[in-house]
Amino acid sequence: MEKIITMMGPMLDGASITLQMFFITLVLSLPLGLILSLARMSKYKPLSFLVETYIWLMRGTPLMLQLLFVYYALPLIPYIGIKLPDFSAAILAFVLNYAAYFAEIFRGGIQSIEKGQYEASKVLGMTYVQTMRRIILPQVLKRVVPPISNETITLVKDTSLIYVLAMNDLLRTARTIVQREFDMTPFIIAAVFYLAMTLVLTWIFNKLEERYAAYDE
Amino acid sequence: MNMISLKNIHKSFNSLKVLKGISLEVAQGEVVAIIGPSGSGKSTLLRCLNRLETIDQGTIKIEDEMLVTEGIDGRSQYVSEQKAREICFKMGMVFQQFNLFPHMTVIDNIIEAPILVKGIKKDVIIPEAEELLRKVGLFEKRDSYPSRLSGGQKQRVAIARALAMKPDIMLFDEPTSALDPELTGEVLKAMRQLAQEHMTMLVVTHEMAFAREVAQRVIFMDYGDIVEEGTPEQIFNSPNQARTQTFLNSML
Repeated sequence: MEKIITMMGPMLDGASITLQMFFITLVLSLPLGLILSLARMSKYKPLSFLVETYIWLMRGTPLMLQLLFVYYALPLIPYIGIKLPDFSAAILAFVLNYAAYFAEIFRGGIQSIEKGQYEASKVLGMTYVQTMRRIILPQVLKRVVPPISNETITLVKDTSLIYVLAMNDLLRTARTIVQREFDMTPFIIAAVFYLAMTLVLTWIFNKLEERYAAYDE
Repeated sequence: MNMISLKNIHKSFNSLKVLKGISLEVAQGEVVAIIGPSGSGKSTLLRCLNRLETIDQGTIKIEDEMLVTEGIDGRSQYVSEQKAREICFKMGMVFQQFNLFPHMTVIDNIIEAPILVKGIKKDVIIPEAEELLRKVGLFEKRDSYPSRLSGGQKQRVAIARALAMKPDIMLFDEPTSALDPELTGEVLKAMRQLAQEHMTMLVVTHEMAFAREVAQRVIFMDYGDIVEEGTPEQIFNSPNQARTQTFLNSML
């Protein structure tokens, strides 16, 4: 028992890194994803092509490769290259990657809204921005809750990838202790933590779905 | 005063010509029914009035303001987006598929645009919206979501929503075509009431009885052209054109 208590200190520090990665990535990548989805659907072809290519790159290469690229290769690019501290590099890679997935989820949601909704809004005198804000996006949110919930839960576990930058997140901390103490308990503590976080998220998303269930379509 | 003046409207979808030089004038308080087979261009004509479709050639004047003028190259030229929006919300529109906002209650559907577009205060518009709901007989559905309503009720809410913007003209695009036959009556009743209040109305419809009874003028369209127009009596009892006769026979 005493052993577990001494383990908890570093484990909680690791959990804190994991939680920070999770929240910052989520808060930044959701709005970025929305903006990207609108750009992807833009009538201005070069813009939509650019975003399409971006999404292909981000979804077509491993997140771990993107992490390594941002941390090790980005500083080597002439003129624009910058050396980021490990935490910022990790956030940048995660946000860029997750925004691409969220963009496709939002695009699916937006395109599933019937044309008649836009027409009714236009006939009533609403501008594009008013239509999106008041009519389209509120309906999109209802439809994207399940896929967003999926991605969010994946993100919880993906944060463990930052071990490649030698960052001491929850999982890497656990492994270090396991290797030092020859005791498997840290793995179990880590598993419980991930499960608890997923449980909380599932509960939150269920609440969201319930709230949106107020109306059917 | 003419509420709507269309001159020589041409419209194509790619190589398909759907409107071939339509001219039409609608006077204040006039109820005009547009009939014709599907694909005749009657819905497209209606949708061109409020920019749901853009025209290629011709001019559109709503009340005393030009929405579309003729450019120097002979092609149609629209006024600025801002101006066009102001002109177009003088026209309310009711769709075949209702197009209510499913995430809003009935009352919110009605007050949304007046608040958002015209900046009307909520405590001013709510009594007006409630009055409109009473008028279409749906006050008790005030706080329901559209999914809880029957087709006929949805369409009456859609009429109330359009009226809340205080339009001078109402456009109806096959308002009863998506309804079960026993539900068309309640919608037609609301429209009849509007006509009695001298609303200027343009109604694309398959309801011949309604056209005959309520419209002052009936327009028969086919292949993107106005084939014949006249009083309901003239069109339904003694049409001049063989095509009109054939169509009317097929509707019986």
